[in-house]
Amino acid sequence: MKEPVIEMRNITKRFGDVTANENVNLSLYPGEIHALLGENGAGKSTLMNVLTGIYKPNSGEIYYQGKKVSIKSPKQAVDMGIGMVHQHFRLIPPLSVAENVFLYMPNCSTVLRQKEMEDAITACSKEFHLDVDASAKVWQLSVGEQQRVEIVKLLYRGAEILILDEPSAVLTAQEAVEMFKVLRRMADSGKSVIIISHKMNEVMQNADRITVLKNGRVEDTMEAKDATVQRLTKAVVGEREFVPQIRDSHNYSEETVLYVEDLSVKNDKGLNAVNHVSFSVHAGEIFGIAGVAGNGQKELTEAVAGLRRAENGKITVKGEDLTKLSIRKHIDKGVSFIPEDRLSMGLVPGLDLSENMILKHFGWEKFSRKGILKKKAIDEITKDYIQKYEIKTAGVHSPVGLMSGGNQQKLLIAREINGSPSLLVASYPVRGLDIGATEAIHKILLEESEKGTAILLVSEELDELFQMADRIGVMCDGNMMAVLNREDADYDTIGRLMSGEKL
Amino acid sequence: MRKLRLEKKSTSSGLSILLNSLLFVALALVFCGFIIGAVGFNPLEVYGKMFSKAFLSSRGIRKAIESGLPLMLCGLGVSVAFRMNLNNIGAEGQYAVGAIFGAAFALYGPKLPGILGILALAVCCFTGGALWALLSAAPKAFWDVDESITTLMLNYIALILLSYLCLGPWKAKGQNVGQTEKIAENLALPEISGLKISTAFPVVIVIALLLFGFYKYTASGYQINVIGKSLTAAKYAGINIKKNIILVLALSGGLAGLAGFVQYAGITGRVQENMPNNAGYTGIVIAYLSRFNPLVVIIVSILFAGLQNSSATVQVMGVPAQIATMMQGAIMIIVIAGDFFQRYKIVSDKKGGRAS
Ligand SMILES: Nc1ncnc2c1ncn2[C@@H]1O[C@H](COP(=O)(O)OP(=O)(O)OP(=O)(O)O)[C@@H](O)[C@H]1O
Ligand SMILES: [Mg+2]
Repeated sequence: MKEPVIEMRNITKRFGDVTANENVNLSLYPGEIHALLGENGAGKSTLMNVLTGIYKPNSGEIYYQGKKVSIKSPKQAVDMGIGMVHQHFRLIPPLSVAENVFLYMPNCSTVLRQKEMEDAITACSKEFHLDVDASAKVWQLSVGEQQRVEIVKLLYRGAEILILDEPSAVLTAQEAVEMFKVLRRMADSGKSVIIISHKMNEVMQNADRITVLKNGRVEDTMEAKDATVQRLTKAVVGEREFVPQIRDSHNYSEETVLYVEDLSVKNDKGLNAVNHVSFSVHAGEIFGIAGVAGNGQKELTEAVAGLRRAENGKITVKGEDLTKLSIRKHIDKGVSFIPEDRLSMGLVPGLDLSENMILKHFGWEKFSRKGILKKKAIDEITKDYIQKYEIKTAGVHSPVGLMSGGNQQKLLIAREINGSPSLLVASYPVRGLDIGATEAIHKILLEESEKGTAILLVSEELDELFQMADRIGVMCDGNMMAVLNREDADYDTIGRLMSGEKL
Repeated sequence: MRKLRLEKKSTSSGLSILLNSLLFVALALVFCGFIIGAVGFNPLEVYGKMFSKAFLSSRGIRKAIESGLPLMLCGLGVSVAFRMNLNNIGAEGQYAVGAIFGAAFALYGPKLPGILGILALAVCCFTGGALWALLSAAPKAFWDVDESITTLMLNYIALILLSYLCLGPWKAKGQNVGQTEKIAENLALPEISGLKISTAFPVVIVIALLLFGFYKYTASGYQINVIGKSLTAAKYAGINIKKNIILVLALSGGLAGLAGFVQYAGITGRVQENMPNNAGYTGIVIAYLSRFNPLVVIIVSILFAGLQNSSATVQVMGVPAQIATMMQGAIMIIVIAGDFFQRYKIVSDKKGGRAS
């Protein structure tokens, strides 16, 4: 067998009392795609941050091509050929693709020649069949395209080892397939790839080897061909049985909670994003919205939550016309919103868990009296949530920005659900969650709907919608193509509607 | 070889912030020491003189507290706004307008008995500063006009208005300098008997404590915090941004206006042509150095005031008075640069990971 390019030996990394990695061993061979799996907070991101020089391990060694090295900074890692695409991209929106790539070149000439830069990048991306337009501005690109820019950035700087933190979480199914083709091509050319993922099927199909982390330790490591869903599930969450939550009967009431009529909404660029959409969601109903991301779902949900102005049409909640009313009015009327952008909208990373818990409800009697916050009570309630939803954190007073991605999501959902909403708008609520947490969230959503909450569930995963929704509306290009009962819907029909074909 | 490098820190305790700041103040003093040396004096001697004059005698401490009072209020006012990411550069002007309103009350207002008169005077000064800040707050809230520019511009207008009044219609008879008549006996703030410190000092401490509690324990303070940390999240949470801009800038300006009150009723007894004397700008520096913590503002203000006072004393040695201004600048720049080390820690590669 070949020599590993990277060997991490006995890596331990602690943050105060939290041990994020403990005696982790990981080897990476040239030409392989290696997948890292594990629960939220298992230490995957931390391990990769150690490898790319962002964190220094408390103990342990890293060997690069058999030689012991100490990686002191991301820059040094890049010079050694190790590059990482973070879950939150680090591109500068007003600059062009070429400018973004060259921004990181240490020794390019002072005078930048636009044409030369673009040609160089086009050549580099051609090599791996990465489809990017070097002259486009980054803000114009879709998430999938931005990710390709991040990859080009690394390739152009000569990366031999690419690390991608949950790369498929934000991609459409089609984009994910494309991305894995690119990654495979890179592996075939002798480079090595590490991907972090929560999606077992995707990992089994695309990776060569799989390592599962649990509580900071390596739980299992295997060849992808030896992997089964059972074995992976067991390694990720332990012996617990997982029965997918399936909604058996749908007996939602006649009462209409959300009524959207002829709604049109513009996006940030001022273009029509939602065109004359009408639908209604009843008490106790889960109404799924299917569609490739970027077809108006974001604008639709934001309009329903009161965050975006309706250009046309009407939004009614429990009989009250909320179209022109403030966000506060929406919240008071019982509209909860799990936005897709949790870190910049749903949570304040610089504040602690308790403070984030009361973000919308600090005025409630149980949280404050006559404008004075009940600190003790708030902490107690936050602790309850932490326990109930199994949120991993260093404590109610540690900043939310330091929590792992999945745990941030759980906190956000806990808050939104505990407002006893009459309408819950949930955008991709399980994005970035491990299977255990996904099941837990699905269970919570089902319980909520049993209680009579109307739920608007936006998802790209058809499986999730078939499992959860009573009715499914399909969006394409800002239009509601059709609304189907779950019994009448199948993958094929929905897939065709999603791509714009009429019924 | 032992190499040093930077690593992002997860948390920093209050104590480590304090120690860090002290370290960088010391560094700033060393830096200034070189310049004092270059001008031809012995820095140790100069520092020794300054320190003993300003902080080792009860008179020095009293003076430092006294001249620190307006700085404290300006610092507190600026902090309130900065906490919400509102750049109120206008404490200077708000201070001036506060003083103008105070003088107007003393000159034309009704004669109220006892403590009532003093309270009314304070309310007038607060209102003056608050109104002046509202001139910037309203355009900011409704048309998103940059408040740093408007507050700054309004300073010039306020200062010119102040000197016009002090040199013109309100000028005390038989005086050469631009200042108003002495304040009526019943409007002046008394001294704490025995200590020879104005009662304004405990009042300011109470204000700082109230602000501390306001930030920490009230829903309004919480909202300011959220807006300051993430505007998007604040909007998402349905927090009324416009209302908070108006309220916070008014409070900020009002506190700066109170600087006019303590100076007028507590120290000078007259409103003077150049009364703010840069306290509004120094307040910005103090707010930054205190990291917007109201209790720290009190301490830093006293230190800054002592520094300014002591520079006068070393003038006798021939040291230029501008030395104090330079030291203030140096301390600010170096401490703020040092803020970096608050967020990152220096780790040595030798210990810990044996990876070398
Ligand atoms: N800078 C930090 N300071 C303190 N604790 C941290 C820091 N970074 C991570 N942690 C903690 O370390 C643990 C592991 O976090 P990490 O981000 O590596 O998890 P993860 O496996 O990537 O999870 P997810 O799938 O949710 O992204 C978590 O408990 C997290 O709260
Ligand atoms: Mg992670």
